[in-house]
Amino acid sequence: MDKSLLSELKKTACKVRLWTIEGVFNAKSGHPGGSLSAADIMTYLYFKEMNVDPANPKDPGRDRFVLSKGHCCPALYAALALRGFFPTDEIKVLRHIGAMLQGHPDMKGTPGVDMSSGSLGQGISAACGMALAAKLSGADYRVFAMLGDGECEEGQVWEAAMFAAHYKLDNLIAIVDFNGLQIDGTVADVAGLDKIDEKFKAFGFEVFQMDGHDFEQIEETIEKAKAVKGKPSVIIAKTVKGKGVSYMENKVGWHGKAPNADEYKTAVDELNTQLKALEA
Amino acid sequence: MAETKKIATRESFGMALCELAKEHDDIVVLDADLAAATKTEIFKKAYPDRFFDCGISEANMIGVAAGLATAGKVPFAASFAMFATGRAYEQVRNSVGYPHLNVKIAGSHAGITVGEDGATHQCCEDLALMRTIPGMVVLNPADHYEMIEATKAAYAYNGPVYIRLGRLAIESFNDPDNYTFEIGKGITLEEGTDATVIATGLVVNEALKAVRALKEKGINVRLINMHTIKPIDKDIIIKAAKETGKIITVEEHNIIGGLGEAVAAVTAENCPVPVHRIGVEDTFGHSGPALGLLAEFGLDAAGLEEKISSLLK
Repeated sequence: MDKSLLSELKKTACKVRLWTIEGVFNAKSGHPGGSLSAADIMTYLYFKEMNVDPANPKDPGRDRFVLSKGHCCPALYAALALRGFFPTDEIKVLRHIGAMLQGHPDMKGTPGVDMSSGSLGQGISAACGMALAAKLSGADYRVFAMLGDGECEEGQVWEAAMFAAHYKLDNLIAIVDFNGLQIDGTVADVAGLDKIDEKFKAFGFEVFQMDGHDFEQIEETIEKAKAVKGKPSVIIAKTVKGKGVSYMENKVGWHGKAPNADEYKTAVDELNTQLKALEA
Repeated sequence: MAETKKIATRESFGMALCELAKEHDDIVVLDADLAAATKTEIFKKAYPDRFFDCGISEANMIGVAAGLATAGKVPFAASFAMFATGRAYEQVRNSVGYPHLNVKIAGSHAGITVGEDGATHQCCEDLALMRTIPGMVVLNPADHYEMIEATKAAYAYNGPVYIRLGRLAIESFNDPDNYTFEIGKGITLEEGTDATVIATGLVVNEALKAVRALKEKGINVRLINMHTIKPIDKDIIIKAAKETGKIITVEEHNIIGGLGEAVAAVTAENCPVPVHRIGVEDTFGHSGPALGLLAEFGLDAAGLEEKISSLLK
């Protein structure tokens, strides 16, 4: 990856994290942990990979992104705002009465959101429908769907996986944000979602692994997934829940909780320090 | 005039899909391993490239339909009413209803007339479930011709629609040369002043026979075919309440949550009159031949005639 691009992506991801914290803090609720774990991948998709146009968010030929783990929308909103889909000021009133930005993604009200989601397991099915529509119309757009690791406990994920492989949806790339934690504890303790790679392989997917915080790996892996023909791909992205904010990293408790004023200041200071280092 | 040949509305639905597909490239049909039963197989044979079997995965099927709709397709997703609206209720609510996507959901084998399969498959709750979802149109056509027109109207309407299909072959009573279907507009089949019967779906023809028999006995009952449960035709209900003073609803559905309560809400808020609900009385069905069950539940012409007559004494 070009060094200047790498540097830009890192800085943008830092800003995505800052706006994620801003949104959740002002909302006094929301899901910072999984937003921060997914921030680098979303940054890569919106600032490098996807063919999208903020001036024409409903362009029929655009690439699609479905945030199946819809509760992590603070990071999606930050990426969309920074990409120019709407003003960043909207993030300051996230989850407020009358706000455009809802607690979970609303495709009707928010430019750039391709599917309403939030009830776990449902986004991946919609992504399959979008990919199938492209096949039917001879369109060449791709559909990216981001799932949580805990979300993969939903049976519907595997119904969708069966469907995607059966209909050879090679224009679908699923990305599992494998941060290892869910509300009630570690994924391993709660449900034992063991050998997820083998599970997807058995369902007919081409399976890739990557470090979800390493942009060069993200690029390399997504390029490989794009080259797969005749079957869908899934990328198991190893991530750190709460990534970028020291006290949130790998902590179950930061799944769905807003920082208080002191914690907010610490988070913003840390992220600004990271940003300054990148800009130096 | 109407033919006497019996035809199930599921079959009419399959035929209507084919008619629509001739003119509209955007129609896509999904099923969940029940194409032979829901009669989407008629479409599958004619348009195999636009038919997708999702396997026994109703939740995913509804989501796939939602995704197709976001990309401009007009998906019709079919299964048994029990599974399309029951098992996949939350997918219909969140992936179709909330984003108000242009998805048509067809629930076949609705009501007790599934027959021998028994209670697990006799869905008497689908109308209730679907009408609670904001923005959902709920259709319950009563015969072959109405189903053909309702399916076309569902396609023409831009938004989510639930259509109830029946398994049992039934007579057609509508005159195809003199019939128009409009979403949300009930149809007066018989004029009358003593009371009004408002029926929906498969039992409309039974109610028609009952009302005609009562007329011969000097009981002058109005009959309205309420093919649209939501949006409900308030005007026709209020007019009937004012002019006849008493309403009796007839549905092959639990009396909780269906047509009867929709009608009662309109009268209670606009023109309070007695409303009596005839239907499945908050119980599960059981195995048996469809016509036998219809009689047992008092929803055949003879049972309805007796019940309506007793309510008007």
